[in-house]
Amino acid sequence: MSTQPKSMLIDITRCVGCGACTEACLQAHNLSTNVDDIKELSAGALTYVSEHGDLYVRKLCMHCLEPTCTSVCPVAALKKTPEGPVVYEASRCIGCRYCMQACPFDVPRYEWDKVVPGVAKCDFCATRQAQGLMPACAEACPEAATVFGTREELLAEAHRRLEADPDSYYPHVFGEHEVGGTSMLFLSPVSFDQLAFPLPLPSEALGKRTWASLSHVPDVVTIGGAMLLAIWWITRRRAEVARVEGPGASNGDHTGGGHA
Amino acid sequence: MNGIKKPRFGFWSAVFWILVGFGVATGIMRFTRGLGSVTNLSDTFPWGLWIGFDILCGVGLAAGGFTITAVVYLFHLERFRPIVRPAILTAFLGYLLVVVGLLFDLGRPWNIWHPLIMWNPHSVMFEIAWCVTLYTTVLALEFSGMVFEKLGWTRAVNIQHAVTIPLVILGVILSTLHQSSLGALYLIVPGKLHPLWYTERLPVIFWLSAVCAGLAMVIVESRLSARALGRHLEVPIIRTLGRALMGVLGVLAVFRLRDLAARGVMGLAFHPSYEAALFQVEFLLGIVLPFVILLVPRMRRSPKGLYVASLFTVLGFIANRLNVSITGLEASQRHYIPAVGEVLVTAMLVALGFGAFKLAAKYLPVYPPLPNVAPPGTVTQLRSK
Repeated sequence: MSTQPKSMLIDITRCVGCGACTEACLQAHNLSTNVDDIKELSAGALTYVSEHGDLYVRKLCMHCLEPTCTSVCPVAALKKTPEGPVVYEASRCIGCRYCMQACPFDVPRYEWDKVVPGVAKCDFCATRQAQGLMPACAEACPEAATVFGTREELLAEAHRRLEADPDSYYPHVFGEHEVGGTSMLFLSPVSFDQLAFPLPLPSEALGKRTWASLSHVPDVVTIGGAMLLAIWWITRRRAEVARVEGPGASNGDHTGGGHA
Repeated sequence: MNGIKKPRFGFWSAVFWILVGFGVATGIMRFTRGLGSVTNLSDTFPWGLWIGFDILCGVGLAAGGFTITAVVYLFHLERFRPIVRPAILTAFLGYLLVVVGLLFDLGRPWNIWHPLIMWNPHSVMFEIAWCVTLYTTVLALEFSGMVFEKLGWTRAVNIQHAVTIPLVILGVILSTLHQSSLGALYLIVPGKLHPLWYTERLPVIFWLSAVCAGLAMVIVESRLSARALGRHLEVPIIRTLGRALMGVLGVLAVFRLRDLAARGVMGLAFHPSYEAALFQVEFLLGIVLPFVILLVPRMRRSPKGLYVASLFTVLGFIANRLNVSITGLEASQRHYIPAVGEVLVTAMLVALGFGAFKLAAKYLPVYPPLPNVAPPGTVTQLRSK
């Protein structure tokens, strides 16, 4: 077993929309949702297949390399593991839902009807992976439209397919660079904006934008603190001087020459 | 006079108890059946009125606390001293209500203390959690002076006096950090937030507008408490505050226009769109109009003119925060209108704020002793004691 980060390659040209991945996911996560009722991601459906004309697109957590959700979570309840999965530790969570607000792929879902709610999202079958198994969806796919492997070998495979059959593919591997790169890699026969992928996405991780602001904190504390102290000292000194020089001085009366 | 006043008091306390009753009932629903039972929040709109108003507006409107304490204790502008305690009281109550609002909004409110021991320094929310915790503590300590004085605990009063300057400095730093960071929260959603509001300058805009809102709130509140408590307005102080407000509003207006121009999205403000309409409300009614009112010397000098300008500033500030947190995200997420339950909880928090302020003003030495109603010349003498 290599410890290289894992990925999945999802080839939309191969997907026939059978939904085997969705069912396998429900089973692997002990969810009782009826497959026919799934129209969107939800706390009861961590992946599903959406229809776009005669094309089928899987929705699931992208498991970003520098995830937005892990950067915004105030208590580090979401973590990127070295093996690839972005996992959620419910016992740390305070329920602020900043992860849901921030995720550029709108993936995290919430248990709105629970008294003790948590965030729900695809965990890349982290527990199965730890047992040496592949993610349930990849195992279940009859067309090898979703395949599991290391990110390095799957990226190479994606580019090999683009080169070998340029007529069948839109020339882009979605996830190679988006928001700093993702563990899920997509190939498509048409441009990705036709398939409701959130575009355009910057190639830099979104966490860099908030960090740009947070990195000023030490300056505000030190320079700001020093300036405030200086202002306090100067104005106090001025008040003292004014008091010593007599009440007339501070009122500007001495300008008339009547200084005592 | 007393005969007329009594029924008025009865009316407002009836309103108070009705709002609290509905709020508590909604709270019971929320904590026994989950957030979904009383809110219109959903997977595609996870932050609603409670974040947009109770948190973002609550914190911003309490900014008078750090501005006025800085003016009095750090800049030694002694003539503002009569309003320093009301400003501290408002800020302290404001932050307490923000915390109560958070307890409603957080999915697992019993874990609210987790950021103190489970760190993620890369999270803006983590920084805000720390700042709000520390600043609420600072405000409690600043507020404690009034309680100690009331109880006649001379030693405690002296200790509190001795630590005032460090507390005020800490308060200004913490406020600057988290007031701006509330804007930085939204730096993470470049693809979702409408370009009229998404800008890397959000932190600065949030800080500047919070200063405006804080000053305006002090003016609004001194008029309201003057009417409710039968006190005279500190007119000369309020006039000076009005001039300061005019200055900061001007800076804010120029800063925001320059930001729109620099990003090349000025035209969007004139498109016939839902977003542009609400942007105009926020900008024209909430920044330009109060600025123009204050520009007129006659208005700037009259308590009523100052009050109206400040009221527009406060409403414009609220519009801005709701635009950033709700309007600007609707196109990319989905249309959101708060549920009745969300409105009821928010109304309860506002009612609690008014009620607590009234109680504190009645039983604590919030305002200087009454002779202060004398003309400004005598005020200085009073304070020297």
